[in-house]
Formats: sequence, structure tokens, C-alpha cells
Amino acid sequence: MILWWIGDLILLAVVLPVVVYLLRGVLDAATSIVPSVQEIAKAAAAGSKDLDAAALLLTTQDQVTKTVAGVANYGGSLDVILDDAR
Amino acid sequence: MAPVLAFAAAGAVTILAVGLIVVALVYYLVSVIAQLRKIITGLDETIASVGEIVQKSAPVNDVVTTINQQLDAGVDLLEGLLVKKAGMRDAVGLVDGMYAGAAAAGLRNFPESATIKAPRIGEVYTRGTLTLARLGREAPIAAGNPAGPALRDVERGSLAARELYPEIRQTRPKSLARSPVIGTDAPVQYEQREDIGAPRKRLPGRAMIDQG
Repeated sequence: MILWWIGDLILLAVVLPVVVYLLRGVLDAATSIVPSVQEIAKAAAAGSKDLDAAALLLTTQDQVTKTVAGVANYGGSLDVILDDAR
Repeated sequence: MAPVLAFAAAGAVTILAVGLIVVALVYYLVSVIAQLRKIITGLDETIASVGEIVQKSAPVNDVVTTINQQLDAGVDLLEGLLVKKAGMRDAVGLVDGMYAGAAAAGLRNFPESATIKAPRIGEVYTRGTLTLARLGREAPIAAGNPAGPALRDVERGSLAARELYPEIRQTRPKSLARSPVIGTDAPVQYEQREDIGAPRKRLPGRAMIDQG
């Protein structure tokens, strides 16, 4: 009979606080993750939006190719016009 | 009767304790589940955005590589042309004149250019002046009809420009007319006046006295 009461006392004084403490720690950890995940989602969405201009790289590539071709033609003309260094 | 009540009381306390533990478990576990659901929602949004990032950035590598190759070819071309036309020393000087300190790094395709002491071209000539000077000296801009044939001789550009001027040296004559000899001992005196060297007929002072 005394052991039962001791068991009840341990249950109320030790087990219940420990369970509450541990569960509260898990809940706090889970709660703290939520804002971080939301910030990551916002950052990923912003990064995805920023990359909308990546398609313009194809235009840049085309422009660079044309520019370098023009420079090559101009350089070829200069090569003809100007004498080489002595 | 008393032991029965004692057992009942102990049992009730046990049930109460277990019930409290169960309530705590339910409360906190449900709360954790709710937070985990929020996390799942956020991760879903993140995964969707990351997927878009991966999709949009997929061609970037190839495009940038191509752009870099094109720009490398342009740099190779311009460096080679500059060194070919201006010479290594002047090329380094021109680069350093436009971008102070750039000569220390040298030209990319000419590692030996890093060891050349750059002449101080930029202090004497402004940007492009050397090129314009070369064009003006060797390329007869607007000297002929732009629609006509090229005035330049590809092999001997300076000779083609020289032919635009009166015939003196471009046909390489054996001898040119000698320069005239001038001075008191010259065989031909250009000012052959009789009064030169003769005594003056009237002194300038006499004229002033007569006027006075």
C-alpha cells in the first residue's frame, strides 16, 4: 500500500514534469523551425523570381557573338589598314 | 473498510496522474503536429521555388561558357592585333596609359609583356591619338571616292598613300635635284641690286635735317 502511494507520488512529482519538460522542448524546437522554413521559402521564391532574367542570357549570348564578330571584322580591317610594328 | 478506501484513494491518484500525463502528451503532441504541418507547407513552397531555380538556371552554365569563349576570342584578337600593330612595348604602354597599372599584369596571351617597362605614352598622347596619327599618316581617309576601289595597297600600305602626293620620291629616281646653294658665296645671287654694297647716296640723317 505504501509502495503504491510512493508510486503515485513519483508519477505526479517526477514522471509528469519530466514528460511535460521533454514535450515542451520538442514543441519549442518545432515552433522555432517554422519561421526559418518560411524565410527559406520566401528567399527561394525571391531567388526564383530573380532568375527570370536568366532567359535574357540567350539574348546576351547572341549579342556577344555578334559584337565579337563585328570586332573581328573591324580588327581585320585595321590589320589591312595599319602597317605592322617594325 | 479503511483499507478499501485507502486502495480506492491510491487508485484514484494513479488514474489522475496517468490522466494528467496523457493530457500533457496529447496537448504537446498535437501542438507539435500542428507545427510540423506548417513546416511541411513551408518546405513544399521551398521545394517548388527551388525546382524553379533549378529549371531556370539549367542553361546558364552553357550560355555563360559560350559567352566567355566568345569574349576570350575577342580578347585574343584585340591583344594580338594591338601587339602586331603597335609592337609589344608600345602596346604595353598604350594599355597602361588607358588603365593605369594594367601593365603590371601584362597581356594575357603574352606573358613576357609583364616584364616590359611600360613607356609613358599616356602622358604624351591622349587616348586614340596614336591610332589617329597612324591613320592620318598612312591611311588617306576621304582622299578618294569611298565607293571606288580601295586606295590602300595591302602589302605596302605606306607606298599607296605616298602615291597620292606629287611625283618626287615614290618612283625612287636615281638622283634628285640638288638643293640650291645660298649665302654670299653662292654661285647665283638672288638679289642682284647694284646699290647693294655701294656707298649710300644720301645719309638718312640729312633727310631729317632737311625736314626740320
